Amino acid sequence: MFRQVAHRLLARSTTNSSACAAAIVRRPYATEVSSDVSAGDSTFVEAWRKVAPNIDPPKTPIQFMEPRPPTPSALPSKLTVNFVLPYAAELSKAEVDMVIVPATTGQMGILPGHVPTIAELKPGLLSVHEGNDVKKYFISSGFAFVHSNSYADILAVEAVPLDRIDPAQVQKGLSEFTQKLNSASTDLDKAEAQIGVDVHSALNSALTG
Amino acid sequence: MASTAAVPFWRSAGMTYISYSNICASLVRNCLKEPYKSEAISREKVHFSVSKWADGKPQKPSNFLSFSIVSIFDFVDLGFGCFRHAIIDDYNF
Repeated sequence: MFRQVAHRLLARSTTNSSACAAAIVRRPYATEVSSDVSAGDSTFVEAWRKVAPNIDPPKTPIQFMEPRPPTPSALPSKLTVNFVLPYAAELSKAEVDMVIVPATTGQMGILPGHVPTIAELKPGLLSVHEGNDVKKYFISSGFAFVHSNSYADILAVEAVPLDRIDPAQVQKGLSEFTQKLNSASTDLDKAEAQIGVDVHSALNSALTG
Repeated sequence: MASTAAVPFWRSAGMTYISYSNICASLVRNCLKEPYKSEAISREKVHFSVSKWADGKPQKPSNFLSFSIVSIFDFVDLGFGCFRHAIIDDYNF
């Protein structure tokens, strides 16, 4: 099974391999597809004109969408951040200098021109740096996508500014879950208690650090 | 090509990412200061009623309930061995 995956991956990148090219059509990557569709899909427009030359062709859905912002050839000076929660957009196309996100692999700093990345976030501190201002939020979990055109999309389930967190509750929760972790029996209980300990200790270090 | 890739501890314990994410979010909401805490809890409330099915027909639906997302998983145990998964028939808003 895995040999086939490797075979297909190779076929995608080599265009001259005779046996593979016949069997597998190489599909373009999303970033290679031209984002200029303002004139509409040309095959559709031609077919329309043959059938109904006097009527303007209707617009297709893709023409109503904003095209993907192109990847600039020079390094942009600012990062455009879309920081969204399920119920609100905290930052929408905000131009900032840097964002530091709590990825599962550690704190990750995102600057303009960052390599395209998909990062899963763990409970931790997100900081948005704009000039000399730093805005900090505590994120419960989520994902961060960095695109090649220096757009960063940060999706979080729950994000709160640090001053809305109650330190007494955090301590209480931490001791409660540490106790649960010690007395847990089933795998699932242990996992839940471990999650509790992780979240509360992250909250703690966010408040103190 | 490892099919034994490292999995997070919650997945090896049988939890899905969505449950993990929802549990983290509700723990964070519990640690908020007062006016924000009640806003957050009321924002995340879900209203639902559950009806069990037998012989292709729905039985009497339960009374109108409202719980936050995470406690739904604890509350509804349909006894099919689907641990921690709730099948919700209709949302009453």
